[in-house]
Amino acid sequence: MDDKPERIVLTKEQQRKRRARSIAIALALGALVILFYIVTLVKGPGVLNQP
Amino acid sequence: MTDISAVDNRPQGGSLSAINLVSEAGVADYLALMKPRVMSLVVFTALVGLVLAPTHIHPVIGFTALLCIAVGAGSAGALNMWFDADIDAVMARTAGRPIPSGRITPREALAFGITLATGSVVVLGLLVDWFAALLLAFTIFFYIVIYTMWLKRTTPQNIVIGGAAGAFPPMIGWAAASGSISIEPVLLFLIVFFWTPPHFWALSLNRTGDYARARVPMLPVVAGAAETRRQILLYALVLVPIGAAPWLLGYADALYGMTALLAGGVMVLLSWQLWVQGSGQQAARHAGRLFGFSILYLFILFAVLLAEGVWAGLAGRAMA
Repeated sequence: MDDKPERIVLTKEQQRKRRARSIAIALALGALVILFYIVTLVKGPGVLNQP
Repeated sequence: MTDISAVDNRPQGGSLSAINLVSEAGVADYLALMKPRVMSLVVFTALVGLVLAPTHIHPVIGFTALLCIAVGAGSAGALNMWFDADIDAVMARTAGRPIPSGRITPREALAFGITLATGSVVVLGLLVDWFAALLLAFTIFFYIVIYTMWLKRTTPQNIVIGGAAGAFPPMIGWAAASGSISIEPVLLFLIVFFWTPPHFWALSLNRTGDYARARVPMLPVVAGAAETRRQILLYALVLVPIGAAPWLLGYADALYGMTALLAGGVMVLLSWQLWVQGSGQQAARHAGRLFGFSILYLFILFAVLLAEGVWAGLAGRAMA
């Protein structure tokens, strides 16, 4: 029995879309990091304290 | 090793080619999943609640709150599209959405929606206020579970009760700034709540066939167009004093009061024209006109409230 594993080959369009999604996710996560940093600067040491 | 081209991912039999292994969704498709037009209305009404709250909030914290509310609204949109993919597919207005058109799979939409919902609530709680986060979580729950999964397919009062989900954002904005709620954000809630039925029923009058095909019990499908027009008029009449309530109770100035009464009067006039017209092309035109004006109505009222709130804030700082 021939049990060769099958591989998926992405088309150029699928590669392009995947790359765009990956970049969007990276930008969103980066923005979240920056947001947390800026809020920490604004709120000071008690960043998780709430009035 | 055997290479399989991923050109055609539709089920064709065989092993790996029998399932859609490769996502073909673009970033724009995921953004469409979030219903950006609904998000913009949610953010605007939340902004008004934030600005009108008596407690000053740092602009960065305010921006964070609005961002979380926007993402929370987007997650609710995505989860709604996930659940309603079957009826979206049979309605002309929604057949082009990402899931019925095959650009995004239901599982991807579900994962996306849950991730955004969880993230928005947690970030809002951690960085802004836990009470506001609780309200946001409840709003998302209400929209998905109470409205989308239960009311929408079971009762003609679906958008009356379910409309509460769209009315919460000003309360969330207020809570984000002040940590609590009071009578003023409740008035903003009531304005959106009583605005929702005439707004959506005006739309559904021109989409009755779509809703009937999808077996969604919208009021025109269940009770007929005449009864729907009558109910629209009744809600428009009730909306006039509710829209003016912030001024009548002393929370807004005369400019807002006059604006609310005038805009409410136009809503009543358009609703009356629709009621009197009966059926046919003219009635369809009146329904479309009412739907369009209803969007303007809400925007105008909240814009004037926002302007008054900003002006009062500037004046207060000038006097201090």
